[in-house]
Amino acid sequence: MTNVLINAPKTARPGEIVEIKALILHPMETGFRPGTNGRIIPRNIIERFTATWNGAEIFRMEMSPAIAANPFVSFFAVATESGTIGLRWTGDQGFLVEEQVAIAVG
Amino acid sequence: MPSPPDRRAFLAGAALLTVLPLSAARATPDAMAAAIKEVVGEGTIREGKVKLDLPPLVENGNVVPLTVSVESPMTPADHVKAIHVFNEKNPQPHVFSARLGPRNGKAVIATRIKLADSQKIVAIAETSSGAFWSASADVIVTLAACIEDVT
Repeated sequence: MTNVLINAPKTARPGEIVEIKALILHPMETGFRPGTNGRIIPRNIIERFTATWNGAEIFRMEMSPAIAANPFVSFFAVATESGTIGLRWTGDQGFLVEEQVAIAVG
Repeated sequence: MPSPPDRRAFLAGAALLTVLPLSAARATPDAMAAAIKEVVGEGTIREGKVKLDLPPLVENGNVVPLTVSVESPMTPADHVKAIHVFNEKNPQPHVFSARLGPRNGKAVIATRIKLADSQKIVAIAETSSGAFWSASADVIVTLAACIEDVT
């Protein structure tokens, strides 16, 4: 998928704190703005972002319409063991995107 | 005979109807306080430990970089459980709520938000011991978000 950008290190030392940055293309339409026809554009936002490390949840963020379009999130994680970092975005209108990146720890 | 009380009641009702949608379309400091209360409950919030980084002067309210960092060892015994961010004047008081734990190593989150007006932003961190720490920042916004249809 090209609509997601993930920036995470490919390798890390055990116990190292690594930064994970993720950006996804999404309008984050607030549901408060009138469109060109004067009617309110229906809300369409990403409501939840979760990150897992080898399946175990390490970070979660509940979003509101106040998050800017194309939501960007940066957070940190302790590199415990090699495996995959899973990122998942869910939201209005059945929005669901899942991405994985591999990380080698050692 | 016309009955003045009815007319007054009608006018008062009409005035209320015209005022309500306007006031409902925007969060207020009171709405922010209520939203904070929902998260904190009966707990007391102390200033400190939390650092909220935002540009003091924002040209474009549609994309405002924001970083929240909390002083914490992030060990299983003592860590930040959650970080909440609130605003005063967007249509809704919530900005985001994040759940963290010892697996994060550092209680630092960065994202980009929208601001509809010059206002105060409040970040609240909840620790594993149940304490609440906060920081706030005042931001001046030149071009407000959420107003124009840019599509």
